[in-house]
Amino acid sequence: MTVTARGPVAQGSTASHAPHLLEVTGLTMHFPITQGLVFQRQVGAVRAVDGVDFFVDKGETVGLVGESGCGKSTTGRAILQLYKPTKGAVLFDGTDLTKLGGEAMRKQRRRMQMIFQDPYASLNPRMTVGNIIGEPLEVHELAKGQAKLNRVQELLRVVGLNPYFTNRYPHEFSGGQRQRIGIARSLAVEPDFIVCDEPISALDVSIQAQVINLLEELQSKFNLTYLFIAHDLSVVRHISDRVAVMYLGKIVELADRDELYKRPLHPYSQALLSAVPIPDPAVETKRQRIILTGDVPSPVNPPSGCHFHTRCWKAQAVCSEVDPEFKVHAPRHWAACHFPG
Amino acid sequence: MPDLLDVKGLETRFFTRDGEVHAVDGVSFRLAAGETLGIVGESGCGKSVTALSLMRLIPYPPGKITAGTVMFDGQDVLKMDDDEVRAIRGNNMAMIFQDPMTSLNPVLTISRQITEALELHLKMNRTDARKRCLELLEMVGIPSAKVRMDDYPHQFSGGMRQRVMIAMALSCNPKLILADEPTTALDVTIQAQILELLKKLAKEFGTAFILITHDLGVVAGMTQRIHVMYAGRIVEKADTGELFANPKMPYTWGLLRSIPRLDESRRAKLRPIEGLPPDLINLPVGCCFAARCQYKRDVCTEKEPELKVVPKAKPDHEARCWGTQEGGWLVDVDYRTDTTVMAAVGAAS
Repeated sequence: MTVTARGPVAQGSTASHAPHLLEVTGLTMHFPITQGLVFQRQVGAVRAVDGVDFFVDKGETVGLVGESGCGKSTTGRAILQLYKPTKGAVLFDGTDLTKLGGEAMRKQRRRMQMIFQDPYASLNPRMTVGNIIGEPLEVHELAKGQAKLNRVQELLRVVGLNPYFTNRYPHEFSGGQRQRIGIARSLAVEPDFIVCDEPISALDVSIQAQVINLLEELQSKFNLTYLFIAHDLSVVRHISDRVAVMYLGKIVELADRDELYKRPLHPYSQALLSAVPIPDPAVETKRQRIILTGDVPSPVNPPSGCHFHTRCWKAQAVCSEVDPEFKVHAPRHWAACHFPG
Repeated sequence: MPDLLDVKGLETRFFTRDGEVHAVDGVSFRLAAGETLGIVGESGCGKSVTALSLMRLIPYPPGKITAGTVMFDGQDVLKMDDDEVRAIRGNNMAMIFQDPMTSLNPVLTISRQITEALELHLKMNRTDARKRCLELLEMVGIPSAKVRMDDYPHQFSGGMRQRVMIAMALSCNPKLILADEPTTALDVTIQAQILELLKKLAKEFGTAFILITHDLGVVAGMTQRIHVMYAGRIVEKADTGELFANPKMPYTWGLLRSIPRLDESRRAKLRPIEGLPPDLINLPVGCCFAARCQYKRDVCTEKEPELKVVPKAKPDHEARCWGTQEGGWLVDVDYRTDTTVMAAVGAAS
């Protein structure tokens, strides 16, 4: 199977000289739907991710936004090979992760980590904090014994927790503190790349800001690269350098942060931005909202042509027939729409 | 004109094994007919318990309303017997819950769930109730409502279920709707649909509603007045425009400063509120927010401030803070220019 580079990867590569840390081309993740008890026949597929192209440069934060069910978390997981992608290539520092076998992939995993959404479900309640954070160190044979303990304590200090918490259990901590433990665990192996999958959506407003600040501090301290998955567009605007908008398994728009928020080209991005309430009554009363009708269609049977045409106020005949190409409309600004702007 | 709702000194506690949880601790507010009020706060601040207390829906045990009066339409809800409460609940006072996935009965059809209240409160017969149910579903924008009214909740999407909840709340033309985080479980584009619908319906029917949320953005466009809650008490009350233009309580400042805004580009850093909310079993002496407040002085940890009218602000702007009372050190402070504040605090202490 050959994957030809198109969209942002092909065009991005010619524009910049440094190779990208992560290049995703044609990433597709279909979950089969089967029927029958003994002989399971495949009767369809949930097209969670349906041909996604983008790249992430070293040290930058790319925000991935979209509504629930649009495939943003699946994209993150498929990049880390937590799911085996159906199609497509994931080039991490020049190596195609989809072609790696068990041991080689395990070695690569040290360089990429994940921070999960739910700090209550992602920490093993029967392990102490010390064991939770120390486990990756043991698995990758980075430290053991006293050295491991020292490293765990150092990590706790880095994420702003008391280093003497190592013998405590997760239930003794609040949501924000647990998320810090999760962050410490992902930092333990000194990764280059971290997928942050909605790391703050389960937290309270005042605690969210603490965690965002921590993530930013750590990024500059350890030169980390983030793929920041979230549904909150204000938070994504705050933390990202570039933003990708997903709808029903596809990236519909990708641009630098300010460009995307000032000049969204895809109608879905425009609707999404206009739907976010702004905490200022003076602004709120003046704003014109684009209210989309209906719900997101099922990814089992996505609409023909452009996936968004069923809810789009600009849709014309061509939109239901031809899937628009994801192409560049301005420098570093890609969109998949027949009638952008 | 008398107020539709007048809550005085409402106190709700939960008696648990670990001790008494002071979930709502002396909440007082009034609401005129047709007025829209936002109650804002973080999880555990008592905003939902306040709403449940108004509806007498606090599970006993462990919960109990221990003090206060809730005058609704001239009657004290807290003194009513169960039958009297049932006559009001869902009739004159209705509630929209946060989670439309779990607040509908999965084994009853949508139409049955709506007609139930109509038959009970308005004494309609089956046919009339079904007719009214269809009207309601069309009003809240359920497509092909005639076919879908006999579907079960699992056949509806999240946004549509929330529309059903709204239809149900409106079914008996209530005077007051309590909406407890009505859009938190929904996506942004669906949230926009639902908020627009609520706004339109409230205007059309002149229904008063209380919108409970943690999202300052949601209340900014929806309500006339806002009450900020913290640790079971109201810490600031003001008209919506005033609260955002001229907030006075440091907790409100903290909330406003810690959220990134969509219409602002990347700022240097967010300024979160340090620390955690207090334990509602062992409340601190003095102001509940003092432990996290960067403007606190000795008096704050000694005595609890009362909710008082703020000088140099609109007349009905109240705050629970020593610093904002007459002659206090925060009266002339604008929270946006924090540096001068910090210098002033440094010089004074």
